[in-house]
Amino acid sequence: MNDALFNKLGGEGAVDAAVDIFYRKVLSDDRISDFFDDVDMERQAAKQKAFLTMAFGGPNQYSGLDMRRGHAHLVKKGLNDAHFDAVVENLAATLQELNVSQQYIAEVAALCETTRNDVLGK
Amino acid sequence: MPNLSFNGNTYHCAEDQSVLDALTGHGVSIPSSCRNGICQTCMMQAVSGELPAASQNGLKETLKIQNYFLACSCHPQTDMDVRLPEVGTVRKQVVVQSIKPLNHEIISVGLYCEDPIDYRAGQFINLFKDATLGRSYSLASVPTHDKHLTLHIRKVPDGRVSNWVHQDIKAGDIVEISAAAGNCFYVPDKKDQPILLIGTGSGLAPLYGIARDALEQGHTGPISLYHGSRDARGLYLVNELRALADRHDNFSYTPCISGEPVTDTGYAQGRALDLALADTGKLTGWRVFICGNPDMVKTARKKAFLTGAAMQDIYADAFTLSVA
Repeated sequence: MNDALFNKLGGEGAVDAAVDIFYRKVLSDDRISDFFDDVDMERQAAKQKAFLTMAFGGPNQYSGLDMRRGHAHLVKKGLNDAHFDAVVENLAATLQELNVSQQYIAEVAALCETTRNDVLGK
Repeated sequence: MPNLSFNGNTYHCAEDQSVLDALTGHGVSIPSSCRNGICQTCMMQAVSGELPAASQNGLKETLKIQNYFLACSCHPQTDMDVRLPEVGTVRKQVVVQSIKPLNHEIISVGLYCEDPIDYRAGQFINLFKDATLGRSYSLASVPTHDKHLTLHIRKVPDGRVSNWVHQDIKAGDIVEISAAAGNCFYVPDKKDQPILLIGTGSGLAPLYGIARDALEQGHTGPISLYHGSRDARGLYLVNELRALADRHDNFSYTPCISGEPVTDTGYAQGRALDLALADTGKLTGWRVFICGNPDMVKTARKKAFLTGAAMQDIYADAFTLSVA
């Protein structure tokens, strides 16, 4: 958690503003869209919201173990560093679209980075 | 491994197994239909034990506080004592008022309920063939307008409930239905918002209800309905919908035929989804309702979202066809 960053970004309102933009980007990105193409779009959107809340430094309960368990089925399907980078890239583009400063975008990317090994099951 | 008590017997529930799978796996008969947390057919009540939050998703608050839960979505963490809801608390007996053909494979079933059920046009009810076998059908009627509950029921090949409805039931029969549920309905919060309705086959039922409900509640924004079928005989309520469009300047109706060349100028050539998206362009700011063939619904949801509709403004019929 990083309260300061979360508040600077605009808290929950910022997550709400970003979630549709971000989800549209990843669904349109051929490199990673298959990982996000859930039959249940609302459930998938809820997951994106949880992810953005965490990436923005907001309140979350995720442990490294949760991250491993939650992504294990995707790692089996071939989820790798290139995919992880693509997601972070789409997140950065989303924040740019919302006129978030480069400094905060870098902080968000750094927060994402702390989950890389768990997400990729390394 | 948690234990389940039901009707005086105790059953083991394996790790990650749902209450529904554990009980039916032991040969206990529990009503179910979608097995996916949507239709609420498998609703049960917990007498003791802890309910995981996911097991109460989508239930009314009044049911939640009475510890009702969905057996298919309940993966118990503790021992639980469970029971089926008492007869009458969840199911109602209704009288079949009318049965009318809408086209070669879809009939309209009118149901009369002495003590009116509370519902919104576009929600669904479960219709039961017997104690445990039920299927979900969307309501085409509008509570303030129609005296009867109306369902459009397509005869599904080998469908146990739809074949029973098509072949066996008649006016005057008494059948059992559940309370209405579902989130696919009109809310009059933004009356000038443009609304797009896309449906195929009997997916017209909820849309027919939603469109008339929105008009009745004084919606002022444009409401565009696209109903698609492979051929002209698959379309129905064509005259009623054309008349509705004549009566309301802000309502338009496009019957779409995808599988054969269109000779009649009253129809559009192509798939309902494609024609709707071509006509409307970007859907930013639109409210979108999609019902019908599951593959179409899935594609349409995604396309509507990618062309700008907000996730919270997209409503879809949640059903896939149950295995017969």
